[in-house]
Amino acid sequence: MIPVIVAGPLDDLWDQMFSFENYGRLLALVQNSILAAAILGIVGGLIGVFVMQRDMAFAVHGISELSFAGAAGALLFGANVVAGSLVGSLIAAALIGLLGARARDRNSIIGVLMPFGLGLGILFLALYPGRSGNKFGLLTGQIIAVDFDQLGLLIGIAVFVLAVLLVIWRPLAFDSVDPEVAQARGVPTRTVSLLFMLLLGLTVAVSVQIIGALLVLALLVTPAAAALRVSSSPLVVPLLSMGFGLVSAVGGILLALGGSLPISPYITTISFAIYLVCRVIERAQRGRATRRKVATA
Amino acid sequence: MILEIEHGALGFGDRTLWHDLNLRVEPGEFLAVLGPNGSGKTSLLRTILGMQRLDAGSARLLGEPIRGGDRRIGYVPQQKILPPGTPLRGRDLVALGVDGHRFGLPVSRAADRARAAELIAEVGATGYADRPIGRLSGGEQQRLRVAQALAGDPVLLLCDEPLLSLDLQNQRGVAELLDRRRREHDTAVVFVTHDVNPVLGLVDRVLYLANGRFREGTPDEVLRSDVLSDLYGTPVDVIRTGGRVVVVGGLEHAHHAEVAP
Repeated sequence: MIPVIVAGPLDDLWDQMFSFENYGRLLALVQNSILAAAILGIVGGLIGVFVMQRDMAFAVHGISELSFAGAAGALLFGANVVAGSLVGSLIAAALIGLLGARARDRNSIIGVLMPFGLGLGILFLALYPGRSGNKFGLLTGQIIAVDFDQLGLLIGIAVFVLAVLLVIWRPLAFDSVDPEVAQARGVPTRTVSLLFMLLLGLTVAVSVQIIGALLVLALLVTPAAAALRVSSSPLVVPLLSMGFGLVSAVGGILLALGGSLPISPYITTISFAIYLVCRVIERAQRGRATRRKVATA
Repeated sequence: MILEIEHGALGFGDRTLWHDLNLRVEPGEFLAVLGPNGSGKTSLLRTILGMQRLDAGSARLLGEPIRGGDRRIGYVPQQKILPPGTPLRGRDLVALGVDGHRFGLPVSRAADRARAAELIAEVGATGYADRPIGRLSGGEQQRLRVAQALAGDPVLLLCDEPLLSLDLQNQRGVAELLDRRRREHDTAVVFVTHDVNPVLGLVDRVLYLANGRFREGTPDEVLRSDVLSDLYGTPVDVIRTGGRVVVVGGLEHAHHAEVAP
């Protein structure tokens, strides 16, 4: 008796979460979305390494709220949503970059900008007469709803970020470790920092379209945070982080495809699970290292 | 002549840190810059690094006006511990000194890798160069920073309290590295510190900043009760005991003073 009673609603929930009927046909429909998510996963994982090192997780969140306001404004005024999102993010990134050179200033500026952006976005959405699905999508992700042209734009932006990030990699790494010494050694630290903020703004704007303003951190912070748990190598950390981002973003879409729920929870859950596994691995590594020390002592 | 400052003046707002400062540093010379907090020691370093402009006077490196980011200057910053989450090994920190200023795909050249290994060997850090930087001790990190500063084969080494919070053995070790460098390569060393004792045996000359004024000369000429009393404008006792110098003054701006236990 009992299993039958419990199984009814659970089965429904299961069907809502995972369903693989007509999977092949669905897959063909969303292959561009998957491509966009894959590239974002890689770029997010890569830039995340610097977000962690420069202690900018809060900045990412702040930029994403202004990006949300920009996108909501564009929706209301019938403009291009991706363009609106870009404008919002770049303004936020520029303000944080120009005014917040020191961590303390930066956090207070972000703390001021964030609620303003979110409030502005909510105002625009409240005024927007269209479908409410569009509204919710900006906060929690809507990758499948993004049309073909815009997907191309998102992919283009992500590839641009990837390319510039690779070119400024070494000076940016130097500036992230020790800005004073980097400056003394001839790194144009101010230019590099501002360039990084620009790249971060672009990445956030793309992420807002795919995973939603509230959940951007799951692709821009969690993969890098997980990678830093298990390695300190300047080569392994970015590679792992990109891999984690890729698996989270693409895995999330693939799992969500058949069900009727939004994609974002799948992405955030995978990325969180990877983080937990990395913490467990870190503990195991530590334990081994300690035992080795005791053994040699 | 490595470094030359003529009639240099620097201040913030209406407060003058120092003025009419004349300073010449010769090759291989070890100059200690002493003085209480807020006397403008670090600002002097920032001026030499080209991060700050003099209000008056001129500063020259090898006869040319100071410019920012000059790779002929090596800089060892104040000792601040890098946190465990830093994705770098010791070797990578040194490598940043070799090619960290270079744009382009982050693929290191064989020659740069060899150079980093050479620098690491020079400071005796080969044994721990491949460990994560955040897991290294303060002394080990500081040796690697010295290696990083030597990457450009500098004619001048600027050190900002590089021994701060190191234990005695590591203080001696890092000081010896600097001393060897200047003896073997004639590199001049400008060494900012609030405590001259760890390097007292190495110092050729002392620049003592206090009260908007300064005294310059050998340690025996400057670290004397009458000279420092005059500089501070109140009685100061300089006690020499067991090869150490202790500056004792019952005044607030001599809070760098240290009484031997």
